[in-house]
Amino acid sequence: MATRDEGKAPAPPLVGQPMSRVDGTLKVTGAARYAAEFELPGLVHAVLVESPIARGTVKSLDTRAAEKAPGVLAVITQKTMPTMPTPTVPPAGDSTPLLDWTIRHSGQIVAVVVAGTLEQAQHAAELVKAAYDEEKPEVELEAKLETGFVPNTSFRPGESKRGNVEQGVAGAATKIDEVYRTPPEHHNPMEPHATVAAWEGERLTVYDATQGVTNTAQNLCELFGLSHDDVRVIDPFVGGGFGGKGQSWPHTPLTALAAKLVKRPVKCVLTRRQMFMTVGHRPQTRQANLLAARRDGRLLALRHAAHNHTSRRDEFMEPTGASPALLYACDNVAISHRLVRLDVSSPTYMRAPGESSGNFSLETAMDELAVALVMDPIELRLENYAEKDESTGRPFSSKSLKECYAKGAEAFGWAKRDPRPGARREGRWLWGTGMATAAYPSLFRPAAARAVMLADGSVRVLCGTQDLGTGTYTILTQVAADTLGVAPSKVRVELADTRLPAAPTSGGSCSATSAGSAVLLACRALRSRVLQYATGDEDSPLFNVRAAELATKDGVVSVAREPSRRASYEDILGRWGKRSVEQEAFAEPGRERGQPSSAPQAGEHSMYGFGAQFCEVKVDADLGTVRVTRWTGAFALGKVLNAKTLTSQLQGGIVWGIGMALHEKSLMDVRQGRFVNTNLAEYHVPVNADVPPIEIVLVAEKDELVSPLGAKGAGEIGITGAVAAIGNAIFHATGKRVRELPFTLDTVLDGQVA
Amino acid sequence: MRPLTYERATTVDGAVRSQAQGPDARFLAGGTNLVDLMKYGVETPGKLVDVSRLPLSTIEPLPAGGLRVGALVKNADLAEDPRVVRAYPVLSQALLSGASPQLRNLATTGGNLLQRTRCWYFYDTAFACNKRAPGSGCPAILGQNRIHAVLGQSEACIAVHPSDLAVALAMLDAQVQLQGPEGPRTIPIGELHRLPGDTPHLETTLKHGELITAVDVPALPLAARSRYVKVRDRASFAFALTSVAVALSVSGGVVEDVRLALGGVAPKPWRPLEAERALRGRPANAHSFREAAELALQGAKGFPHNRFKIELAKRSIVRGLVELLEA
Repeated sequence: MATRDEGKAPAPPLVGQPMSRVDGTLKVTGAARYAAEFELPGLVHAVLVESPIARGTVKSLDTRAAEKAPGVLAVITQKTMPTMPTPTVPPAGDSTPLLDWTIRHSGQIVAVVVAGTLEQAQHAAELVKAAYDEEKPEVELEAKLETGFVPNTSFRPGESKRGNVEQGVAGAATKIDEVYRTPPEHHNPMEPHATVAAWEGERLTVYDATQGVTNTAQNLCELFGLSHDDVRVIDPFVGGGFGGKGQSWPHTPLTALAAKLVKRPVKCVLTRRQMFMTVGHRPQTRQANLLAARRDGRLLALRHAAHNHTSRRDEFMEPTGASPALLYACDNVAISHRLVRLDVSSPTYMRAPGESSGNFSLETAMDELAVALVMDPIELRLENYAEKDESTGRPFSSKSLKECYAKGAEAFGWAKRDPRPGARREGRWLWGTGMATAAYPSLFRPAAARAVMLADGSVRVLCGTQDLGTGTYTILTQVAADTLGVAPSKVRVELADTRLPAAPTSGGSCSATSAGSAVLLACRALRSRVLQYATGDEDSPLFNVRAAELATKDGVVSVAREPSRRASYEDILGRWGKRSVEQEAFAEPGRERGQPSSAPQAGEHSMYGFGAQFCEVKVDADLGTVRVTRWTGAFALGKVLNAKTLTSQLQGGIVWGIGMALHEKSLMDVRQGRFVNTNLAEYHVPVNADVPPIEIVLVAEKDELVSPLGAKGAGEIGITGAVAAIGNAIFHATGKRVRELPFTLDTVLDGQVA
Repeated sequence: MRPLTYERATTVDGAVRSQAQGPDARFLAGGTNLVDLMKYGVETPGKLVDVSRLPLSTIEPLPAGGLRVGALVKNADLAEDPRVVRAYPVLSQALLSGASPQLRNLATTGGNLLQRTRCWYFYDTAFACNKRAPGSGCPAILGQNRIHAVLGQSEACIAVHPSDLAVALAMLDAQVQLQGPEGPRTIPIGELHRLPGDTPHLETTLKHGELITAVDVPALPLAARSRYVKVRDRASFAFALTSVAVALSVSGGVVEDVRLALGGVAPKPWRPLEAERALRGRPANAHSFREAAELALQGAKGFPHNRFKIELAKRSIVRGLVELLEA
């Protein structure tokens, strides 16, 4: 997309450059406004009252004292709640708040108190007196496995099969048959969920901490019976989402309802504890893996049978079997998922849902198989390298996993590894290294964008996608600047407003590719349009030049071979008396993902990003503490849009992998059915001291099928493989195999200390 | 959040008087624990007496040696004081192993000793808790108890005291200076905290209105060779699963003197005096240390999720002593 000036070195395209965030200054100066920071005139505050019990009914709800408390404007309960339809956006179980008096999980909202100040609302919320008929909750996954059912609706298949596993096992020399467990985990983005809602007549404006303004608006339209034109959802900056803000949760419509009732703008910000109650979590999983192989390592059978919990009203499946279904070549594969209903709030998507948790079990089992076969773990993986997606039979649009293994191993120094477990001890520390494969699908969802050129030659890019903190503003700036040939300082990107062209929810690592492609197409269309103006003007030095012969750079259109023939965008628009020129574009799989019409259509290829994770750990031989000391992750993700934000995304995923491996676990009190460690002092995520230097190796890969941009998503792949790599390194250090997350010191010392 | 009154004390006597007048009054210093607990509805004071501006922020030498640490000396300042670093490394290490730099810049010496347990159930008013709501029950005993006590607990409460500083001070035999409505008094730190028994809501021996004004750390040449070992689930910013404050002097391969205090395992900083006595005069080696550790954890009782702490505490003691021996 860069243009050449005769006799000059070509200017490198901005896309691919490690450009710093265009919103960095706004963020570090506090000028970036997050949902809760829209202080509208007359704003009042809502506080949620939740159930302490997990199962039963509300016997009585006495709101009299709360209603009389200073500043209180309204107390909303099931009694005063208008009837609302069940929204269609799945999973929607909790999205109809205050539905009835039945309690289905601890932390369920039973009342909303609205008052003039936050403190008044908090105080009055404490005065709401609820009494419950309490029933014994069912919250233990393993106690209810026999009730497991195959989900009707899921974003991935619940069951799949090829070949015959039993036959495969019969011919095997070695098998691994183990159960792996992952606990419930909570997203805990830095920014809590928050909603500010304001009505003007029948028109609703909502500032919502969400990964999808369109999705939130859709939800509100359905609940309030409004047309799309009457609901506007805005969220210019998101302080992390990780899937937890991927759908609309009950506080959002409740805040809108409160605003309607008190006829004032209302703000509701969840407390950190509430962040553990009503806004989703990664469900607990139990995964039984059977791997059977020949002596040379070739897999003959693979069975993955998984259970995860879901809530009473939803069917959320953690698709742990997605990775086992296609990561390795194997003729006999059986994948099954079962859901178990518990008295727990709805689980939801959390960074690499299924791919992270399922990858942990598969890649641990593969390491166990390598140990059993006395094979190098990379060699075992190469022996079973899948040249195509065997779960569908489709070729991959691109797959550079072999290069990732090779480049990652080289950078990490894998060849020097002594494979014997427990072989390396220095003082009190046992050292070990481990590796695992990383994989995540490259999703692409329909997205629209508009590009506008103003009379001064500056560009506005408008797209209803969101920037979760990942760098979307920056990437879109780069794409627009390159495509139109303007300086990035001339580009202003506006996002996350339902008034803008619609884009998908920022989840599934699809924003850079989907929104980026829409912006690319819109900017290409805008460029063509402006070039038409330039070449169609008899007085222009560019009159009648073919568009293909034109170059655009620094806001100037010139004849590539004759740069003195030129006109600035400003001149071109000025000559035509245009105050602005705009073009909108729509990118969708099948039409533009494959680009030219002769290219394969959507669904003809399997599209995945791949990588290889390598880490070193040290384990205190006596105390069991695990520290990750070194990391190399090699990834092939198509075209690099921004080396800096890409690396940050991958590193962030790996940091989360360290947390998933060593720290994160939401502890459930079984008798009351309530999570207990509901704050960030007791729900551990990694701190700086837990994170070693993380080396990211970007393996060059060209993929023209995956998206017009040629890029694959990077938001989630970093966590995949990371957890297993750590567990495999712990085994290598100590000889102890831990199959349950997190790998806390008591699990590492299990058998020695209790 | 409840309505409350707030007073800023300008003198120690005034603070004590003001606090004594309100049955539900609390002193406010750094606020790093109290304010959190108020937000959670666990602490519900009717009055806050802000003592943070009282002149109790100095570290002065004591006439007989040792240091008098004002109750309002910040954790960060105490940890970095050169006299502390030199003469009481265990104290500095314990402080720096706790919380985060931001919290240590606010948290005070007196407040640190009076911080409340981190028991999950205590922190959430949706649960019963004998410490928070006497007589309501202890859900931790049959519930989640990985971070709970293996020593000194009762059938009413198995919570642990979370302070690292208190463990180091217990090992150093610090004296706590108090000012109360009936005048000043001094108590050994070992007598500051109570075991829960059947009254876990009574955590200290302070009388109503009494204010910690200073902590005296006595001269202790032994402490120049001292160490704090903290075992936790992440590398920083986590409460101890087990911790140990140790000081050791060795002469001719024999333990001349030794001090031990344990954290993370009991409702108060735990001083296993028998283990110390048994170790004096014994060969300074891992074998003797292990024997002392066995003695220190004698009678320990674990629960389903925290049994590992018993062995872990023993290993922590051995680790601390071996490190001092090798240092």
